[in-house]
Amino acid sequence: MEKVFVPLAVVTAAMFAYAPFAIAQAPYESTMLLIQKIFYFHVPSWMAMYAAIAVCGVASVVHLFKNRPAADRLAVSAAELAVLFGAMGLVTGPLWGRKAWGVWWQWDARLTMALLLELVFISYLLVRTYGGPGSDKLAATVGLFGLAVSPFVYVSVNFWRTVHPLNTVVPTLRTGMLGPFWLCAAAFLLLFALLLMLRTRLATEQAMLDDLYLADEE
Amino acid sequence: MTKRLFAVVGIVLLSVQVFAFQAPPGQPPAGQAPPAQGEFLPIDQLPASEQLPAAPLLIVAYAFVWIAVFFYVWTVWRRLNKVEAEMRVFEKRQSHRGEGAPGVNRTQPR
Repeated sequence: MEKVFVPLAVVTAAMFAYAPFAIAQAPYESTMLLIQKIFYFHVPSWMAMYAAIAVCGVASVVHLFKNRPAADRLAVSAAELAVLFGAMGLVTGPLWGRKAWGVWWQWDARLTMALLLELVFISYLLVRTYGGPGSDKLAATVGLFGLAVSPFVYVSVNFWRTVHPLNTVVPTLRTGMLGPFWLCAAAFLLLFALLLMLRTRLATEQAMLDDLYLADEE
Repeated sequence: MTKRLFAVVGIVLLSVQVFAFQAPPGQPPAGQAPPAQGEFLPIDQLPASEQLPAAPLLIVAYAFVWIAVFFYVWTVWRRLNKVEAEMRVFEKRQSHRGEGAPGVNRTQPR
């Protein structure tokens, strides 16, 4: 894993360094103009959050049913990243909405459900931090709940039509916008993978230290 | 007879005028586009004090993403350093215990 980390970090850094130039060269959207360029970081941050939720949910299932501590460490690392990338989406969205919609926030289905999804993963971390012994299993059920809920958040905008655009925006993008968008999406997913490796290493070392203290007490 | 005809036509025309005058305003004659509304201004013609600039919002959005990433990496790095320092202290303590004590086994946890 550590052999992959450095080359992956270099590739990700190069992609993020090139991203501002690609975004600047992308054509302006006809009605929103400059503010629409938040899209290139806003949507990829949600994509990274969904990736984190998938990893956390699957690892939680493995930990719940097969009792694997390694899966638990992966789940807690992914949950932390779900909160990080979710916060990015929840901050960049209102900044875009303030100009495009005239309001910072709307309590519509998509925005409210996205906020609730963020709160689910914050509660996961709170359970892990303050839950005491056995909190890993309880948190795993919270992670599993987050995974089960996330598809409804994604499709909510198709059922309740409000101010938020539909999910069909990305497939209908103009050619000049598609390149920068997928570049940013790939960069965010690579960043997620890198941060997950880093955070999992921390969780592994913490577990090693706990094992050493336990062995010493015995 | 002609006088009576003129009188009838005159009354009809007058009534039409009166009704036309009383018709609700803003109804354009058929086949004509409605006149432009005076209350609305195109967004690029708004006075500077009324316009919301996009650039600061865009800059804040991008800056927030980078600050969040760097802050998170810093917190992970700090926690990692703390754990490694604790591990070094533990190893030192084990080595001071002498030959008979079990050595530190830094193997991967389960």
